[in-house]
Amino acid sequence: MTQQLDLRRLPAVGSFLRRLSADRPARAVYVALALLIVVGWLLFALDGGRFLSQENIVGIQQRSAALGIVAVGQTLVILAGSLDLSVAYLISLTTLVAAETMGGADAGVPVAVAAVLAVSATAGLVNGLIVTRLRVHAFIATLGVALVIRGVLDDRYDGPAGSVPESFQHLGYDRVGPLPVSALLWAAVAASAWFLLSRTRLGCRIYAVGGDAEVARLSGVRGERVVVAAHVLCSLCAGIAGLLLASRLGAGAPTVGTDGGYDLESIAAVVIGGTALAGGRGGVAGTVGGVLLLAVLDSIFNQLEVDSFAKDVVRGVVLVAALAIHARRRTA
Amino acid sequence: MRRALPILVVLAGLLAVIAVAQPNFLAPAALLAFVKRAAPLVILAAGQYFVIVSGEYDLSVGSLVTAEVVVAARLLDGSAEATWPVLALLVVLGLLVGLVNGVVTTLLRVPSFISTLGMLLILSGAIFLWTGGAPRGALPPQFRELGRGSLGPVPWSVLVLVAVAAGAICAMRAGFGHTLIAAGDNDRAAALSGVHVARVRTVAFMVSGLSAAVAAILLGGFAGVSAQVGQGLEFQAITAVVLGGVALGGGRGSVVAAMAGAFTLEALFTLLNLYGVSGALEPAVQGVIIIAAVALGGMSLPRGRAAAAS
Repeated sequence: MTQQLDLRRLPAVGSFLRRLSADRPARAVYVALALLIVVGWLLFALDGGRFLSQENIVGIQQRSAALGIVAVGQTLVILAGSLDLSVAYLISLTTLVAAETMGGADAGVPVAVAAVLAVSATAGLVNGLIVTRLRVHAFIATLGVALVIRGVLDDRYDGPAGSVPESFQHLGYDRVGPLPVSALLWAAVAASAWFLLSRTRLGCRIYAVGGDAEVARLSGVRGERVVVAAHVLCSLCAGIAGLLLASRLGAGAPTVGTDGGYDLESIAAVVIGGTALAGGRGGVAGTVGGVLLLAVLDSIFNQLEVDSFAKDVVRGVVLVAALAIHARRRTA
Repeated sequence: MRRALPILVVLAGLLAVIAVAQPNFLAPAALLAFVKRAAPLVILAAGQYFVIVSGEYDLSVGSLVTAEVVVAARLLDGSAEATWPVLALLVVLGLLVGLVNGVVTTLLRVPSFISTLGMLLILSGAIFLWTGGAPRGALPPQFRELGRGSLGPVPWSVLVLVAVAAGAICAMRAGFGHTLIAAGDNDRAAALSGVHVARVRTVAFMVSGLSAAVAAILLGGFAGVSAQVGQGLEFQAITAVVLGGVALGGGRGSVVAAMAGAFTLEALFTLLNLYGVSGALEPAVQGVIIIAAVALGGMSLPRGRAAAAS
C-alpha cells in the first residue's frame, strides 16, 4: 500500500522539477516584455500619451483575453507534440452556436454555454482521434477539420446571426475594479492549465508524450489518450474564447475567428513563449508572456497610429527576431 | 516510381470517375485544359516538396504568389515593353524570398513554421501597404500569354510544367537530391557525413521561392490580377505534397508522387464541381476527403517510426 503511494507521488515530484527547468525559456519572454514596456512607455511619452494609464492597461488586457485563452489551449496540444490549425474556424462556429442558442433570452445562457462546450469538445475529440487513430499528421488533420467547419459555416451563414442577451454581455465588457472580467477569465483558464501541467498526472504525461512518444509508451503511458485529451482541452479553450467574443459582439459572426487570425497567431504566441514546436518543452507561463508581448506591441501601434498593413509587416519581423534571439540563447 | 504508385492509382481512379460523368474529359483537348488548370499548383507542390523533404515547411508561398502578381501588374501597368525584364525581376524576387527564408531558418535557427509565417505576414502586409488595399495596374497580353496562350495545340503552361517536372526529377536524381533527403531524414547524421545541411536547406527554400515565381507568372496570366490570387495556396501545396505520401518532417517521399498529389487535388476539385457540390459545402467535402486520403495513404505505405510505435 505504501509502495503504491510512493509510486503515485513520484511523477508529481518529477513533473515539478521538470517544470522548473522546462519553464526557464519563459524568462526570456518576460525580459523582452519588460523591455518592450519601457520602449512603449518612452514612445507614449514622446507622443504625448500615458502608457501606464488605466485605460491603456485595460485595453491591453481586453484585447489579449481571447487570443490568450486560445493560446493556452494551443500550448497544451503543442506540448503533447501535436498542433491545432482548426481553432479559428471553431471560434467562429462557437460564437454562432452561442448566439443562436441564446436567441437574446436570458434563459438560454446555460443551455448555450453547455452547447458551445459540447460542440468544441466534439471538435477536439474528432481532431484527436484523427491524429491518433488514423495516424494523420496533425497539420493535415486539423487543417482538414478546419475546412469541414468552414464548409458548414459557408453553407449555413451569410453574416452575423443570433443575438446575445444583455446579461451575457457583462462577460465581455464589465470590470471588477480595474480588472476586466475577460482578463479574469483568461487568468482562470491559464491558472487551470498551469495546475494541470504541473500538478496532475495528465500534465506530466503530456510532457512525456510530447518529449518522446516512444519512451513514454515504453514507460506505460497511453500516448494516444493523452493526445486526444490535449486536443479536447484545446478545443474547449477555443470554445470559451468563442463565448467571450460572442458576448463582445452581441451576436455570432462567421468570420470572427479567421479575421482575428487566431490559428496562426496562437501558435506564434506559444512559440514566442519558449515552447518548442516539436513538443515536450515549455509551459503556460511563457505563452501568457507571449500573448502579452503581442498585445503590448499592438497597443504601441495603436498609439502611434501605424497603418494596419504596416502592423503586419512589423509583427512578422518581431516574430522572427524574437525566435532568432531564443535560438541564439539556446545554443549559447 | 514505386513510391509514387499508390497516389498514381488514386489519381487514375479519380480521372476515371470524372470520365464516367463527363465522357469527353479524356479527349486530348479537355485533358490538356485540365493539366493547364493544374499546372500552377503542381509547380508549387514540386517546390514545396524540396522544402518538406529537407525537413522544413514553407508557409510563405501563397502570399509570395500574390506579391509577385501584384508587383508585376503595378510595374507593367498594361504596357508590354518591359515584359521580359519584369519576368526576370519576378524570378529574382522569388529566389530572394527563398534565400531569406532559408538563411533565417538555418543560420538564425528559427523554426521554419515561424520564419515562413513571419515572411507570410511581412509579404501580405507589404503588398497592401504598397497598393493601399486594392491592387492597381494591369498585365499586358504579352505577359498573360504564358498563362493563357498555347503553342499550337499545347498550352504554354503545360510546356512550362513539363520543364519544371523534368528539372525537379533530375535534381532529385542528382547528388543534390540525395543530400537533401539525407538532411531531412537525420540532419545530424548528414552533417557528420559531410553534407552542408544549412546550405542544402537554403537551396531548397530558394527552389520553393522560384516555383512560387513561376506559378505566379502562370496564375497572373490565367486568372488576372487580384489580391486573392495566392490565398490558401500554401496549404493546398502542402496538402498536395502530403497526399503524395511525402512525410512531414522530411526524409521520405518522391517528387513525382508530390506532383501526382497536386494533380489528384485538382482532379478532386474538378470532380466536386462536376457533381455540383454547392460552392459553400465544397471545403467541407474537401476536408473530409483530404483526411481520408492521407489516412489511407499512411496505411498502405511503410510507416517507419509510427509503425514501430503501434
